[in-house]
Amino acid sequence: MSQPRTLFDKIWDSHVVDQQDDGTCLLYIDRHLVHEVTSPQAFEGLRMAGRKVRRPEATLAVPDHNVPTADRARGIEDEESRIQVNTLEQNCEEFGVPIFRMNDVRQGIVHIIGPEQGLTQPGMTIVCGDSHTSTHGAFGALAFGIGTSEVEHVLATQTLYQTHAKNMRITVDGPLPTGVTAKDLILAIIGKIGTAGGTGHVIEYAGQAIRDLSMEGRMTICNMSIEGGARAGLIAPDDTTIEYIKGRPYAPKGAAWEQAEAFWRSLPSDEGARYDKEVVLSADEIEPLVTWGTSPEDVLPISGAIPHPEDAPNENKATAIKRSLEYMGLTPGTRLQDVAVDKVFIGSCTNGRIEDLREVARVAEGRRVADSVYAMIVPGSGLVKEQAEAEGLDRIFREAGFDWREPGCSMCLAMNADKLNPGERCASTSNRNFEGRQGPGGRTHLMSPAMAAAAAISGHLSDVRELAC
Amino acid sequence: MEKFDKLTAVAAPLPMVNVDTDMIIPARFLKTIKRTGLSEGLFYALRHDKDGNPKDFVLDRPAYRSAQILIVGDNFGCGSSREHAPWALLDAGIRCVIGPSFADIFHNNCFKNGILPIVLPQEEIDKLMEDAERGANATLTVDLENQTIEGPDGGRITFDIDPWKKHCLLNGLDDVGQTLNKAAEIDSFENTQKARQPWLYA
Repeated sequence: MSQPRTLFDKIWDSHVVDQQDDGTCLLYIDRHLVHEVTSPQAFEGLRMAGRKVRRPEATLAVPDHNVPTADRARGIEDEESRIQVNTLEQNCEEFGVPIFRMNDVRQGIVHIIGPEQGLTQPGMTIVCGDSHTSTHGAFGALAFGIGTSEVEHVLATQTLYQTHAKNMRITVDGPLPTGVTAKDLILAIIGKIGTAGGTGHVIEYAGQAIRDLSMEGRMTICNMSIEGGARAGLIAPDDTTIEYIKGRPYAPKGAAWEQAEAFWRSLPSDEGARYDKEVVLSADEIEPLVTWGTSPEDVLPISGAIPHPEDAPNENKATAIKRSLEYMGLTPGTRLQDVAVDKVFIGSCTNGRIEDLREVARVAEGRRVADSVYAMIVPGSGLVKEQAEAEGLDRIFREAGFDWREPGCSMCLAMNADKLNPGERCASTSNRNFEGRQGPGGRTHLMSPAMAAAAAISGHLSDVRELAC
Repeated sequence: MEKFDKLTAVAAPLPMVNVDTDMIIPARFLKTIKRTGLSEGLFYALRHDKDGNPKDFVLDRPAYRSAQILIVGDNFGCGSSREHAPWALLDAGIRCVIGPSFADIFHNNCFKNGILPIVLPQEEIDKLMEDAERGANATLTVDLENQTIEGPDGGRITFDIDPWKKHCLLNGLDDVGQTLNKAAEIDSFENTQKARQPWLYA
C-alpha cells in the first residue's frame, strides 16, 4: 500500500512534468493570474525572444494595484500608473490573454476575483506575481507568489522549476469565541510562529476553528500565510468549498461538475500523513488582536499594552522593538485602547469581500465615524461592490460617515492615490504593517474589519465586543 | 542573466532583522515597466530623511560605495514577491547577499538575476558582520564553484547551495529557453491531464 500523503503532496505529485536528479521538479501550472505591476517586464522578455503565451486561456489578467478608487470617469491621473495599466492592456491584446479591464464590473483585486469567478478550484496549481496568491489555498489549491522572471517562465511554458517544500500543519482546536474572527485567528498564528515560522514550508490549516470558517474566512487565513513566511497555505476542500464554487462562471458544469467534485473529495490529507512541523493552538484562548509594531508578528490582544524593549527575548529583537516604537510613535506601557487613529482603511485581498463588509455594516449601523477620523471602505471587486449596494450596505456606510470607494488594492500598499501622510496612524484590515507600506512615514495597525470599524467610530483602537451590537 | 562564478568585493553590514521588500524598495518605485534604473528607490526610507536628504546610510559612506556584497540579518527579503527588490540591488552593484535566512520568494528571485544569496549559521554571520563593520578592509572573495567565502585574513568558510540553482548561476542560464526544450514532456503532461481532468481544459 502506498504511503499516506498530505493534501500538498497529492497536488504536487499530480503536477510533476519532469524531475531532475537533485530533486528539482518542473511543475505544471493550471492557472496563472496576472496584474499590471509584476508583468510588464515578463511580457517584454517574451517579445524580445519572439515567444508566445503557451495557454492564454489558462491565464487571466486584471489591473488592481494602480487603479483609482475615486470616480474613474477621468481615467488614471498619475502618468506612471496610467502607463502601467495601459501596458497591461496592450500586452494582453498582443498575446491574446483574457483581461478584466478597469471599467469592467468584474474588475477587482486579483485574489478576490479568482475565487469569485470560480477560476480557483481544489487540486489546482495557481500562481501570480504577487505574494498574496496564497489566498487561493483556501480551496485546497497549491497557490503561491512568484517573481517576474517566473511570470515570464509560466507565460512561455505553463510550468515552473520548484523544489518540494516541507509540510507543516497548524491545527486550531475548538470553536472561535464570539467576536473573534478569521483575521484575529491568522494574526494569532503569525504571532505564535513568527514571520519566518513557515519559511520553506507549505502550511495546511486544520482543526475545528478552521473547518467552521466560511470560504471567505478561510481566504483571510490562507492570504496571510506569507506573513508567516510560508509561500502557500492550504485548507482541505469540503462541503463548504464545493458549495461555494458551484454555479460560478468558470466552475465546471454538468457531467464535468460530477467528475470534478469526486476528484476534489479525494484530495484531503490521508489519515496518518506525516508533517515535518506541527503547531497546535486552542481557539478559546484567542481574543481580538491588533498589531502594535512594524512586523505582522507584532500582535497583542486589544486588552494589552505597548511592550517594553527590555522584555525582549534577545538583543536583536530588543533593537527591532525600539526601532518599531520610534517609527510608530508609541511609548512602552501605553494601553492599546488609548492609541488614537487618524485614518481607517477597510479593504484589501485579506478583508475586502462581502462578509467583511457585512461585519463592518453591523458595527457601523446607526453610529457615526469619529470627527477626528477619515475612514474609507474599498470593496475587493466590482461585484462585491454591487452586492454590497444590493444589500443596502453602502447606505449604512455613507450615513455613518465612511467614504465608499471603487474596487482595487488601494491603501493596502499605496501605489495609487490612496495613502497615509507621514506620521498618520491607521487602523487597517490589510496584511502588512511594514514601515512606509501605506505611504512614507505612515503608521499601520492591522486588525479585523469589525475592529477597524470600531476604531473608526471610537476614534481609537478599541474592543469591538464592548460596542453593543 | 550575468554569470556568477567568483566575486572579490567590499562587504557592507546591514545588521537588521526582518528587512522586508517594502524596505528594500517602496511600492511607489514599482510603477515602472523596465528592470533597470531601480537603484534610485533602493532602501529609500533608510537612506533619506522625510525631506529627502541623505541619512548616512551604509551604502552611501565612502568605505562602502563600491560594496557588492551585503551582510544581512534574519529573514531578509520578507514580504512581497516584487522582483524589483533584486533588480534594485543589482542596479546598485550588489551581487551577493549573505545572511542567516531569507524569505523564500526573494531568495528565488535573486537566483533569476545573477545574485547569489548565501545562508550561513548566525555565529558565522556575526563574525562577517563584525568584519564588514571594519569598512574598506572588509573585502571578501566568494567562490561559487568551490562554495567558499574567503576573508581578508585568509579565513575560509564553506556554504551550501542547491545544485540546480548553482548550475544555472554559474552558467548564467535562461530557464525559459531550457524549458522550451522540454515541450514534448509538457505536451504529454497536458494530454494525460486533459484525459483525467477534462474540466481544467473546458
